[in-house]
Amino acid sequence: MRRIRIDQTVIVLAILVVVIIVGAVLVAAVGRSLFSPGNIRDILTGMSVLGLVAIGQTLVILGASLDLSVAYVISLASLIGATIMNGNPASILWAVAATLLVCAGIGLANGLIVTVLKVNGFIATLGVGLVLQGVLNTNFQGSAGSVPWDFQLIGATGIGPVPVSTIVMIALAVVVWLLLDRTRTGAHLFAVGGDAEIARLSGVRTRPPLIAAHVLCSVFAGLAGLLLASRLGVGSPTVGQQGGYALLSIAAVVLGGTLLLGGRGSVWGTIGGVAIFAVVDNVMSVMQVNPFLKDVVRGVVIVAAVAVYSRRAIVRRRARFGPGGTRTGGDTAAQAAAPAMAAATQALDAEASASDADRAAKEDLR
Amino acid sequence: MSFVRTLLSPRGAVFLLLVILLAAVIVLNPDFAEPGQIMRYIQRVAPVAIVAIGQFFVIVAGEFDLSQGSLITAQVIVAGNLVGADDSRTIPVLCLMVILGLFVGLANGLLTTLLRVPSFIVTLGMMLALLGLVLWWTGGAATGNPADSFRQVGRGGVRDIPLIDFLPWSVLILAAWLALAVWLTKRPLGKLLMSIGDNARATRYSGARDWWVTTRAFMISSLSATVSAVLLVGYAGVHPSVGRGYEFVAITAVVLGGVVLGGGRGWIVGAVAGAFVLEALFLVLNIAGVPSSLRDAVQGVIIIAAVAYSGLVFRSRSRGTSPTPSPDPGKDPDAPVGADTSASPALDAEGTAEVRGHKNRGD
Repeated sequence: MRRIRIDQTVIVLAILVVVIIVGAVLVAAVGRSLFSPGNIRDILTGMSVLGLVAIGQTLVILGASLDLSVAYVISLASLIGATIMNGNPASILWAVAATLLVCAGIGLANGLIVTVLKVNGFIATLGVGLVLQGVLNTNFQGSAGSVPWDFQLIGATGIGPVPVSTIVMIALAVVVWLLLDRTRTGAHLFAVGGDAEIARLSGVRTRPPLIAAHVLCSVFAGLAGLLLASRLGVGSPTVGQQGGYALLSIAAVVLGGTLLLGGRGSVWGTIGGVAIFAVVDNVMSVMQVNPFLKDVVRGVVIVAAVAVYSRRAIVRRRARFGPGGTRTGGDTAAQAAAPAMAAATQALDAEASASDADRAAKEDLR
Repeated sequence: MSFVRTLLSPRGAVFLLLVILLAAVIVLNPDFAEPGQIMRYIQRVAPVAIVAIGQFFVIVAGEFDLSQGSLITAQVIVAGNLVGADDSRTIPVLCLMVILGLFVGLANGLLTTLLRVPSFIVTLGMMLALLGLVLWWTGGAATGNPADSFRQVGRGGVRDIPLIDFLPWSVLILAAWLALAVWLTKRPLGKLLMSIGDNARATRYSGARDWWVTTRAFMISSLSATVSAVLLVGYAGVHPSVGRGYEFVAITAVVLGGVVLGGGRGWIVGAVAGAFVLEALFLVLNIAGVPSSLRDAVQGVIIIAAVAYSGLVFRSRSRGTSPTPSPDPGKDPDAPVGADTSASPALDAEGTAEVRGHKNRGD
């Protein structure tokens, strides 16, 4: 599992490197440098918002669901945060807490609709998104609230060329990586995403991991909304929809090698996918590409990049048993059982190839 | 009684909802019951319903087509720019639009099947690229007002017919398109699409050229979007926002109609009924004076509720017996509910076995 996961991420990184090289050449052709500190800061800043949304989206997609409501959650979070703060630095903490709590509530609603009512994630989150759109329409006519200077600093400052927001995003990516790789909930999420029925038959309670994924996804979207509010200085009811974050985050997740069907993928791939988007966008802005053509390039890059590795990624299956297989019962037990498992795997492989040969022979006869 | 039961089944849930909504409209506004008004209503639904028909073929094969809305916008702008005030260009431009539609569908299909890129991503990329290209070509503004002969398709119709007074062309086109689609679902292509959605590997092993079958589904979808665009040019005019969001409306309509996302199950008439339900829902919200700002919210709640309901009914029916309506459905819904809540899969299996045995004895 480890080897193949790195494999996928390596392909994403390779695409990223290719994109950076092509971008650098193109940018150099118009007499600018892609690697100037200002430009690097722009790229990293561009990564942070989409990165936050995409990390949350990764969790949901790993669980074989989708979240189309993130764009509305972003707008709502920016508005709630900005109106509660209302220019008063003393209420920053309270505002952030309240915003994230509301977002967690939305995520809980998403998760319960998907798991308990068994509505497909696509429709459930589309519906919740419409409900949020209604809430936004009724309560807010335009930009509202104001963000105190202290909070705006989060979006504006950086350590050297690295913005604080990107550091926060990467730190949260590490947390999610630990969650997926080291905790029971993470392992269960992979299991439920891979095949909910098999997970259930294996004794996994299928609802809690998926609900947790939806809650976290909405909270991450809320963080992205707060970050946007800190950059804009106000809350805006359209900021999420205008950015197209719902579909772009899904595209970034798939670009990062996570299967849309769930059960396989990684956070680092997603970050790679987000970085590809950020670099492509940055190169196009530096070269002053027509804004409509930007969308064309984005569309082509998404499809082309996924096409590069999707043929391999789908054919490959991670080993279920034996060395390198998934395990949740602790390392010692798994290592003790490894030789037996390996033998069993080989026997199964032999059997499979035998039956393949058998079938081939039968087809020849026919 | 069996009619009521069909209405309560997942297949019928959408029709039940449609009847309820139309009844609500007529109660709120008795004028609606006039044939002329109903024709106007069908005329309004036609573009959405036609897009939903296209989306049905793609969804039933287990794929998505997110590029429909963009394609409609692109086609509308193409029509606006190329037809102009010149009546003689109507036919050539129509042909060009059909070719463009087929080409977009072909590209979607081949990228999905041959390059193995998930259709969600392919059509998302197509959505971005198509809209960007067209807006870039026109400089972002949709100009031009196509000739009247072109717009007649969407807004005109046969007048002075007894009883209904006015029969819009779009109603006829919708009827023809639906008939064609129903015929197609009975053909090998329709059956193969359904079986690919259910189990792609089994279908491939049984010798189907699955890549070409799926690709044709995408071409049908894009062609439907093109037809819808022709209607919309007449009905709504030329504007870069025409068609925006249609892909989501179409997917919602299809799912409301009881078609399962992920493929393999569904009925095309249900998908069209889903489109009628959505439009009736707008109508009810409109007449009932729900503030426009709240309409989205109400719509969202109803969509979730409808899909959840049909899902629950479907599950409670499909457990224990075959999915086709059983001769004795009265006993079935109770047992599966119990089986659903039992914690152990073994108990689950016992429950179903018991139901079967019981039924046999009863028979």
